[in-house]
Amino acid sequence: MSKKDKGFDKDRRKFLLTATALTGGLGVAAAGIPFLSSMSPSEKAKAAGASVEIDTSKIKKGELITTEWRGQPVWVLNRTDEMIKALPQLDKNLADPDLKVTSQQPKYCQNPTRSIKSDMLVVVGICTHLGCSPSAKIEPKGDMGDDWSGGFFCPCHGSKFDLAGRVYKGSPAPTNLVVPPHKYINESTILIGEDSKDEA
Amino acid sequence: MQKNNGFMSWVDQRLPVSSFIKNHLTQYYAPKNFNFLYFFGALAIVLFVLQILTGIFLTMHYKPDALHAFASVEYIMRDVSFGWVIRYMHSTGASLFFVVIYMHMFRALIYGSYKQPRELLWIFGVLIFLLLMAEAFFGYLLPWGQMSYWGAQVIVNLFATVPFIGPDLAEWVRGDYLVSDATLNRFFAFHVIALPLALAGLIFLHLAALHSVGSNNPDGIEIKENKDKKTGIPLDGIPFHPYYTVKDLIGLTVFLIVFASIIFFMPEVGGYFLEHNNFVPADPLVTPAHIAPVWYFTPFYSILRAVPPILNSQFPGVAAMGSAVLILFLVPWLDKSKVKSIRYKGSLYKKWIIAFVISFLVLGYLGTVPSNVWGQMPKFIPLLGGLDWATFVARIFTVIYFAFFILMPWYSKKDKTKPVPKRVTKK
Repeated sequence: MSKKDKGFDKDRRKFLLTATALTGGLGVAAAGIPFLSSMSPSEKAKAAGASVEIDTSKIKKGELITTEWRGQPVWVLNRTDEMIKALPQLDKNLADPDLKVTSQQPKYCQNPTRSIKSDMLVVVGICTHLGCSPSAKIEPKGDMGDDWSGGFFCPCHGSKFDLAGRVYKGSPAPTNLVVPPHKYINESTILIGEDSKDEA
Repeated sequence: MQKNNGFMSWVDQRLPVSSFIKNHLTQYYAPKNFNFLYFFGALAIVLFVLQILTGIFLTMHYKPDALHAFASVEYIMRDVSFGWVIRYMHSTGASLFFVVIYMHMFRALIYGSYKQPRELLWIFGVLIFLLLMAEAFFGYLLPWGQMSYWGAQVIVNLFATVPFIGPDLAEWVRGDYLVSDATLNRFFAFHVIALPLALAGLIFLHLAALHSVGSNNPDGIEIKENKDKKTGIPLDGIPFHPYYTVKDLIGLTVFLIVFASIIFFMPEVGGYFLEHNNFVPADPLVTPAHIAPVWYFTPFYSILRAVPPILNSQFPGVAAMGSAVLILFLVPWLDKSKVKSIRYKGSLYKKWIIAFVISFLVLGYLGTVPSNVWGQMPKFIPLLGGLDWATFVARIFTVIYFAFFILMPWYSKKDKTKPVPKRVTKK
């Protein structure tokens, strides 16, 4: 049997079929791009996710305020000196006291207090387990038991964090709370959502 | 049949209506020994139609908008004439759909309805189950209550645990940095058009596959192997219509009594069908104290919670939860038994299926309660001290759940089976 049996060139036909199918397939795949990308955050959502300004001069020592950035609660806690001093003593109970998981804070907060200014803690108030918002249990002891030295407690699955947002051992949450990108635009005003370039 | 009917013959020449009715109803032969477990397939179809119907009417009043969604559901409940009945039919229908589907799957599991030649039938079934779970999940966000919101938040964050692409994937699914109006809007689109359409297609394929291989039965005997020599009709078969249409109507009647009782007397079923927290509007800044999915997801949710984070990653738990469903696809090839039905399988298989059902139920229960319900293990126990008892139990039953499937090639081969009779039995 020759290739040109009955006037058909089978190889040629196969090539044409494959080429047509591939070209068509590419076209369909390309046509899928607008549909898939229409699902990512819109320009409006991106704009709403821009940075937020906080005036920290109004936050009293030991006080926590909650603000919203990208629809997530962001906590700003003005820690007292005792709170800061107590932080290193907790290291042995924590899962990651030395901040080995570096994705949880910007470089300029890669320090023992996880902050730019040692008293002012800025963290995203979303549990790293499955995204619930933990409750603030700033005061030591209380309903958290006598060995509690202040921090945050997630009611969903019981994760515990200290006053630097570091996760306790044995919590379902795998990592420390996220410190969002932020910078001081003057002595007391924080801009959440933008990196501080000179300190980075 | 009615050869002289002028109108029908006119139609038949243009569309094969009469022959379709013949091939799929009046001369479609089903085994004569079906028991009550065979009601659930028909009930699932009725529920699918009911969900579509009630859904259409809910869509007429519901607003897929974060500002208006919660209020529009309350509007349906209070102001729309009979809106409450339609809404409760839809919410109760969702839960009962899963009751019916779980019974339907259990039936297939114990009678070996997934075995050769019904592998594709089973695969279409598992696909339907998967899409049904997605459909229920998308639908649960729509009332925009606290449970809707935080349930969606937790589930979408599961995608974020996927290594490398996770966070971007979650953002793409949500269409925003958090569950928001954009998320609600797209979930609405998936819930009312994309998934129902895909489900309808898969149900068609499921039925087409069923009608080409024929139904299995509690004896697991192929009725097509014993045909009347003259007529070619299976000796153990009876026409689907009128025998099973009438029988299914009895099952449907009983089902509708249960369905109506729930709708009229206990539509929330104590927080299991409609969770209490969902009567509070969604608030992105306040998480409810205890988040639990609706009951039909809880066995899988328990598996998710039971797996501890490995290397600072939640992904293993998510993978385990996914595999708990996906492993169903492999069942036709995991079962090496010579017989189909549990009736002729040995005691080994029976012990395993009992262990599996118990583990499914226990995991289901544990998924509805906080993991510290049973307190913690005493500190003096090595390794496990301080661990929640409920987490410990969930881990044991998670292992049993997977062992049922993973060890199936071994125990189904080793099991001592009984001889299978030539013809179906009937007590």
